[in-house]
Amino acid sequence: MTANVAVAADPFQPGAAEQAEAIHIENLHKRFGALEVLKGVSMSAKDGDVVAMIGGSGSGKSTFLRCINFLENPTSGVIRINGEDVKMVSDGHGGQVPANRRQIERIRSRLGMVFQNFNLWQHMTLIQNVIEVPVHVLGMKRDEAMAIGEQLLERVGLSAKRDVYPAYMSGGQQQRGAIARALAIQPRVMLFDEPTSALDPELVGEVLKVIADLAQEGRTMLLVTHEMKFAREVASHVMYLHNGIVEEEGPPEQLFGSPKSERLKQFIRTVS
Amino acid sequence: MADASIIPAGIVGALDLLSPFAPGWGANLLRGLVRSLQIAFGAFGMGLIIGTFGAYAKLYGGPIARDLAAIYTTMVRAIPELVMIILLYYAGTDLINRILEGMGYQRVDISGLVAGIVVLGFVQGAYATEVLRGAIKAIPQGEIEAARAYGMSPVLMMRRITLPAMLPHALPGLANLWLISTKDTALLAVVGFSELTLETRQAAGTTKAYMTFYLAAGALYLLITLFSSVILEWVEKRARRGMPSVKEAR
Repeated sequence: MTANVAVAADPFQPGAAEQAEAIHIENLHKRFGALEVLKGVSMSAKDGDVVAMIGGSGSGKSTFLRCINFLENPTSGVIRINGEDVKMVSDGHGGQVPANRRQIERIRSRLGMVFQNFNLWQHMTLIQNVIEVPVHVLGMKRDEAMAIGEQLLERVGLSAKRDVYPAYMSGGQQQRGAIARALAIQPRVMLFDEPTSALDPELVGEVLKVIADLAQEGRTMLLVTHEMKFAREVASHVMYLHNGIVEEEGPPEQLFGSPKSERLKQFIRTVS
Repeated sequence: MADASIIPAGIVGALDLLSPFAPGWGANLLRGLVRSLQIAFGAFGMGLIIGTFGAYAKLYGGPIARDLAAIYTTMVRAIPELVMIILLYYAGTDLINRILEGMGYQRVDISGLVAGIVVLGFVQGAYATEVLRGAIKAIPQGEIEAARAYGMSPVLMMRRITLPAMLPHALPGLANLWLISTKDTALLAVVGFSELTLETRQAAGTTKAYMTFYLAAGALYLLITLFSSVILEWVEKRARRGMPSVKEAR
């Protein structure tokens, strides 16, 4: 274990001669009953990429993110994580489910998910939340997990809240704690699902700062967000989703600077 | 013993009757109390195990598991406990012996203690199923989702997240069940199991000192309840560590 935990995923740092593909998704469809939420979305993220997904409410961006770690089962499409194709089988009702639960659990344990509503475990203190997955899922020794956890809490500025239960923390603190929990698994990719949408306006900044630092150090992340300015600053690639398809995508300067589609132009006007 | 000159003769007589040494009946009452507690513990524990399976079956089970759990809880909660106890105690032991005979084994005498635990545990399980089901449903779904998102297996999730997270919601209901369990042991008197109530009846019937013995039994039941309350309060406080008190939230 290196001293600097936060960048411990060294082999996959950007700058390596050949950047490996962390996430590869092809033609993803997701249907809830009669409603088709995703109508063939593809994306790819190499190590070190920061992909921001923007779009209006109901555009399917959150569903897309949730399909990546199978919190939702995609109806069809190819999902390859860490170079590993996820095998799916029919569920007998026109959908499909993962063929191998253990494969899904293995993949999930390397994707650090950060939720809109933090979802810290309320019956555990902050440090217990942070070491829970390393110790019980990844089989790390408790002392080792504790040392890493404490460094991570320091990094997100929450050392003082180490033994505090989440219910006694502000939203911004809880979300920074949730980011520490995600970092503790040394994730290959971080998934952010609208991480600031549930926060009071004055707490948004502290969380965005932590995320920006992570982007700075070359972490691979997928970020579903409503913060356009932030997406423009940190993302290496932006995807604009509308009605379950990628309406437009590209580098942030291009997408925000000279949007092509009429819808995106209008979207940028309404949110900024 | 007490000084007869100050203490009225009636009380002296009562104390003599309650003495744990012969010819007092105190030892019988205490033996009954211990057996009552054994049954109450056993039945409550068995109820918790059945209840956990029942709650999971109702919440996450397939159609068959769900239906079985529904039939179980409906039946048990519909039939008076006294009837259930008589039915299960006699019919249950008879059924086991018939099965044993059918398989070519000897009949067995089923111990009253085991039978009592199984019968009351079966009843407790139905109520516990509902208490635990409600408590699991009260867990914020996001916490369950986070456990899934971080690759926890179903068993690990149950052990580390679901059960500890539902505990504060379940404890008031479970505390009720425990107290009911201690008192339901008295129903076993009807099938001749010598727990506290039957011991009391025998002592009272033999000595004709009904008031003395039933008051003493009442006091013992009250002691169980008071002692339980102290422990349950401590457990609940511990389980709710992460939750702000209701007063703070107001």
